[in-house]
Amino acid sequence: MSVQEYFSLVLTDYTLRTITLGTAILGIVCGMLGSFAVLRKQSLLGDAISHAALPGIVIAFLITGAKTSNTLLIGALISGLIGTFWISGIIKKTHLKSDTALGLILSLFFGFGMLLLTFVQKMPDAQQAGLDKYLFGQAATLVESDVWLMAVVMGVSLVVLIIFWKEFKVLHFDPDYSKSLGLNTYVLDVLMTTLIVMAIVIGLQTVGVVLMSAMLLAPAAAARQWTNNLGIMVFLASLFGALSGIFGTAISATSNNLPTGPVIVLIAAAIVVISFLFSPGRGILFREIRHWKNRNDLQLHKTLYFMFEIAKTHNDISHPHKIKILNNFQGYTRNSLKNLEDRAYITVDGPMWSLTQKGYDKAMNLYNQQDNTHD
Amino acid sequence: MKDKIAIKVDDLTVAYNFKPVLWDVDLSIPEGVLMAIVGPNGAGKSTLIKAMLDIVKPIAGTIEIFGKPYKKQYKEVAYVPQKGSVDWDFPTTALDVVLMGTYGSLGWIKRPGKTEKKEALEALEKVGMLEFRSRQISQLSGGQQQRVFLARALVQKASIYIMDEPFQGVDATTEKAIINILKELRKSGKTVVVVHHDLQTVPEYFDWVTFLNVKKIATGSVKDIFNDDNLTKTYGINYKVSLLQ
Repeated sequence: MSVQEYFSLVLTDYTLRTITLGTAILGIVCGMLGSFAVLRKQSLLGDAISHAALPGIVIAFLITGAKTSNTLLIGALISGLIGTFWISGIIKKTHLKSDTALGLILSLFFGFGMLLLTFVQKMPDAQQAGLDKYLFGQAATLVESDVWLMAVVMGVSLVVLIIFWKEFKVLHFDPDYSKSLGLNTYVLDVLMTTLIVMAIVIGLQTVGVVLMSAMLLAPAAAARQWTNNLGIMVFLASLFGALSGIFGTAISATSNNLPTGPVIVLIAAAIVVISFLFSPGRGILFREIRHWKNRNDLQLHKTLYFMFEIAKTHNDISHPHKIKILNNFQGYTRNSLKNLEDRAYITVDGPMWSLTQKGYDKAMNLYNQQDNTHD
Repeated sequence: MKDKIAIKVDDLTVAYNFKPVLWDVDLSIPEGVLMAIVGPNGAGKSTLIKAMLDIVKPIAGTIEIFGKPYKKQYKEVAYVPQKGSVDWDFPTTALDVVLMGTYGSLGWIKRPGKTEKKEALEALEKVGMLEFRSRQISQLSGGQQQRVFLARALVQKASIYIMDEPFQGVDATTEKAIINILKELRKSGKTVVVVHHDLQTVPEYFDWVTFLNVKKIATGSVKDIFNDDNLTKTYGINYKVSLLQ
């Protein structure tokens, strides 16, 4: 099956449609909430929460014996939340820095989860088979009820973001100031963290514990490159998340043996790389071009300024001077003379050059700007 | 004229990790003064104003804004944090930051509308930043960022303005612009409290001063208490006002 065939099948085939819809919605939720995690510099929190969810999944199985995803995800939610509260507790009550606290909880919970998982897998009956799919996810196991759950989380997140949009905006930009405005920053923080934990939990079945944080961060990091507006950033992050989900599913469905979760994450990573290279405002490519252009301009301006110093000794600023005298000046080349002429800063007539009014004004302004900085 | 108390601090003690940052501070700030809080590094100046703003929770003591706790009076107070305390790479514009000043008086869900935008533009004009209103905030210079923060506080139309080192790392033009606005605020009866570092400018800029070094050393009018004795008590070495000039 080719990718094109896949897309014609998506509309008719029930299973494909369910999975695609699920990964797309997951991408939207993660992009939306991930934007705030990235802006709050809480990128690592997502990683810690998703790893902290693993023991919850296994314990939920041990207690109920159920393998329905909803039961297991409740376990994941509870242990994810416990992990989150422990992290903030450690940061508040000890001298440990937040990265240490995150790393500590991540490895503690994940280690405990792996221990339980190994234990469960050695149990005699075959009931437990498939629990390990939560490590790297398995989108093929998504069923309609899972997608409904994702849609509900998406709806709730959207409503909360719309209601508290300006509060979240000022809280993520300037937390102290938002407190001084009388906002209840504690409630807002808990609300946002709970949403993020929920987004992570609904993604565990598809993308898995290990890679889940990438779903949260990659679309948001990519979106930041394209815009300086928070609303547009959140929208773009959702779009990138959805695209990663859809194309990741398409690629993994059309080639055998490619796992969906990792492919989705790779697509998201590709979007990040493209954004970091080619976005017009912040991308590396355009920045280098601007850099190079600025350096060229600087050279030209230095030459122009040198000419201005010569020209201003005459009453007539356009009094012609020999090109030869420029040879003493370091930055001068034939090319820069040509460039200055192109910009109408000077006119060249045989072996002589003269400054134009435009060139004079430009050089004058350069001088003023320099003067201002010393003020 | 100076009989009404704007901010009253009683027995305030604040500690981070068992080390006291502020010790038993009593302070009454009369309404309508332009006051500097001065003291060496680590004297607890920022902590004192954060406690006034209910951002830092004290171990003991109370703070009253016009006789009531902060929670009931937050609309009366506008805060200008240190500009280094936020990440200026946040995806937003100068105008948008100033609009944040209106968020406290707007209710849930409500967005800033025409009135708020007009007020924000007026505040930007007042600090001389109108032409930069659509500029991404990371593209502003340090002085311009500080002016945006001041404009954000101005749209709050508060009675009390509390500022954390507004002159740090700004150019001379910005410093002049800011101090002119602060003096204007005082003229219109507002109370302005400023954490300040440059002792030399205290007599020129302020009419009221508090010396702080974990404990309160002295508070009063600059004319009466800005002297060698208090400087020495606060900074620990033999300070002289005459040496500042």
